[in-house]
Amino acid sequence: MSDPQQPAQPEPGAESDAVQGSATDTAPPPAGPSKPGPAAGEPPSRWSIAFREIVTGNAIISVLAVVLALIVGAVMIAFTDERVQEAAVYFFARPGDTFVAIWESVSGAYVAFFQGSIYNFRRPDFISGIRPLTETLTFATPLIAAGLGVGLAFRVGMFNIGGRGQMLIAASAAGWVAFGFDLPWGIHMVVAVLAGMIGAALWAGIAGLLKARTGAHEVIVTIMLNYVALYLVQWMLRTPGLLQAPGSNNPKTPAMKDTAILPDLLGPQFNLHFGFILSIGAVVLVWWILDRSSLGFKFRAVGENPNAARVAGINVKAMYVYAMLISGALVGLAGVSQVLGTVTTGFSSGIDAGIGFDAITVALLGRSTPWGILAAGILFGAFKAGGFSMQAAEGVPIDIVLVVQSLIVLFIAAPPLVRAIFRLPAPGSAPKRQRPIVTKEMEAK
Amino acid sequence: MTTVTTSPSAPVSAALDKTVVVSWKAPIAFAVFTVLAAVLFLAAGSHGEATFKLSQANDVIQLPDVTLSSEVTSWVCVVLMAAITVVSALLVRAKRKVGIWLVVLFAAIFLIGFLTWAAAGSRTPVIPLPGLLAGALSLSVPLIFGSLCGVISERVGVVNIAIEGQLLAGAFTSAVVASAVGNAIMGPALGMIAASISGVLVAFVLAAFSIKYYVDQVIVGVVLNVLVLGLTSFLFSQVLAPNAAVLNSPPRLERLPIPLLSEIPLIGPMFFRQTIIVYLMYIAVAVVYIGLFHTRWGLRLRSVGEHPQAADTVGINVTGTRFWNVSLAGAIAGLGGAFFTLGSVGAFNKEMTAGAGFIALAAVIFGQWDPIKATLAALLFGFASNLQNTLGVIGSPVPSEFMLMLPYLITILAVAGFVGKVRGPAAAGKPYIKS
Repeated sequence: MSDPQQPAQPEPGAESDAVQGSATDTAPPPAGPSKPGPAAGEPPSRWSIAFREIVTGNAIISVLAVVLALIVGAVMIAFTDERVQEAAVYFFARPGDTFVAIWESVSGAYVAFFQGSIYNFRRPDFISGIRPLTETLTFATPLIAAGLGVGLAFRVGMFNIGGRGQMLIAASAAGWVAFGFDLPWGIHMVVAVLAGMIGAALWAGIAGLLKARTGAHEVIVTIMLNYVALYLVQWMLRTPGLLQAPGSNNPKTPAMKDTAILPDLLGPQFNLHFGFILSIGAVVLVWWILDRSSLGFKFRAVGENPNAARVAGINVKAMYVYAMLISGALVGLAGVSQVLGTVTTGFSSGIDAGIGFDAITVALLGRSTPWGILAAGILFGAFKAGGFSMQAAEGVPIDIVLVVQSLIVLFIAAPPLVRAIFRLPAPGSAPKRQRPIVTKEMEAK
Repeated sequence: MTTVTTSPSAPVSAALDKTVVVSWKAPIAFAVFTVLAAVLFLAAGSHGEATFKLSQANDVIQLPDVTLSSEVTSWVCVVLMAAITVVSALLVRAKRKVGIWLVVLFAAIFLIGFLTWAAAGSRTPVIPLPGLLAGALSLSVPLIFGSLCGVISERVGVVNIAIEGQLLAGAFTSAVVASAVGNAIMGPALGMIAASISGVLVAFVLAAFSIKYYVDQVIVGVVLNVLVLGLTSFLFSQVLAPNAAVLNSPPRLERLPIPLLSEIPLIGPMFFRQTIIVYLMYIAVAVVYIGLFHTRWGLRLRSVGEHPQAADTVGINVTGTRFWNVSLAGAIAGLGGAFFTLGSVGAFNKEMTAGAGFIALAAVIFGQWDPIKATLAALLFGFASNLQNTLGVIGSPVPSEFMLMLPYLITILAVAGFVGKVRGPAAAGKPYIKS
């Protein structure tokens, strides 16, 4: 396998964004071989410069990627809808029917999506109307935490695909403490959360240690550890005395004790729990680690160029281990918030709910910056909440959310493709001058 | 663990220019397994007998059943394993290499001891060996296709995490096309072709994003897996499930026993009483091996994966070579996906590949990026998971989860360097930007 390398290809200028800690603020000035000089001899107006800065920036790419993915999703909904298919049979006789059917199926699905994720305006009062938004935040809680873990590893030049295994280990450790011990309120919760985070950190630390000691590629090790953790947890779940609920034959744990459950934030009628606050705290913590601490400086130096970091006296191998430990702990927080906040009645081996993989897309969409991940996590939380409501109301399978999410990441990873589709100018190119679509974005190592 | 010494027995003049590198890994590994076996078979020993069925009821040549006593077999196996450990230690001390045959012999003895021990402790102490082996091969088929795909694309310099997605796409398309055609012969044939095409389409996306847009190959692979999973699950729920009779009931492939060869005891039913996809797999393994190491195509492919700049300098089109070979690899993986529907289960189901692509990836690494070794690794992994099935059926006390874990643990040990030396193609995962 290869050397650790920068996973996402940042746009020229993305680094300045990253240091400021925000991916979505003002577009960076065009970098690279910029030719600010006018092509025709007269200086361009201020408006045209501003316009060019907006259309060549990162934010516009992210927005257009989301739009593009939603369009593809709409096409899929329309083509598989039965009403559309029925109307399409007599398309040439009455084409209007087909368009009406398409409009009804797509708009119905996306309206249900909105009502399930942000605000349900069919409800009489504000309290029940705003409930979908709290659902979105509940879904976003583990996505933010796990996304931070994956994103932090990205910044050190590592790829943590082991979110699933780390979440399972965290859930088992936290769950074991939460249902197996009797401790006073508060202390029990803290001990359970810490147990889960430490368990996941150690699980991820295996990959970091093996990379540091033997050069084993962390992608392979974390993928393999996912399955090892899955089978380990499955075995523990069906073995009495370990995780299985006493007196039950199902591979499921007993319910968590009340003293360990994360408290509700907005009262019992909403699902939003204290884990959301923990995730926000993690965002601030990761921002501080990456942008304000010397450890974060070393992390970023290793991520940019491990050889240069070594020459500068940074212990690169130790950084790999520390990064995986912290990354695992953050992913572990996602697992903990699942078992202590969202599903408190006992869990089975499906508790990770694909969050470990969703976290990769969250981290990529957030460009591995803490605040970007916060925004991306909330967006994907909305996708999940809206996807369920879309499935319930319109019968559109929730799997479409996977398609839309993965398309967003693909489009964001390839800005030249999005620019080509929307005919945006490439950054650094003078207006009305033909340049190759592929700008030199990354040097081969 | 590795000691570099000059051979003391050689003359002084020869000792100056001849160094022998010996590794103590093999004896240490042997010793560990011997101790493990001793603890397992003797301390936690099971009493009774285990019967190995060597023939099926309809075989022409009937072999008698073999019945082994658990205690005797355990002792014999442990003693033999200890002897092999001593032999290997002596070999290493004498600065000689531990041959692969010794490892194979050791593994075989361990396996016999383990099977006897596991079967004797279970409810029905009978192990149907032909079924075990044939099942192992059929579980290995998609793994082998997937690992061939991985070998080709990594050898040409593109890390392919998307094998899982390619298998899934192949399974989906072959089920739909074969059902839609319906004919018992044309259906599966067209289904297999469609499966290959769908694998190529997934590979096109991987190749386009990683080669043209220089997106990190691991990212594209991971995202493609999610994309294919989402697409197939969406279409399954929305289109296939309501119209299962028309779109999701493919005719299964017939078994085609090869005359004479299929009557060989034990080996015959395993290798030569299979479907056309399995025979295609044999051909694919041979073609990929010969192609990679004995043709101009293979030399170019490997040079692009090892040192693209050098390859470019001598006039090889790096981008084109990468693009078309990744696509070819996709076609192979797609065909492997067809085995899930046409070869074994029949109908398509959500997430039916269940991580086979990742085991195939493990086989690529454990097989050191060599088609033959990767095939053997895939067979080993298939055997491990079918052994777990068989032990579950006969009611063995061994927790099945640990058998299922085995391929992944072996892979971790392999990449960490405990099992042989693992080194992939030098330029795999790195985009080539012509300057």
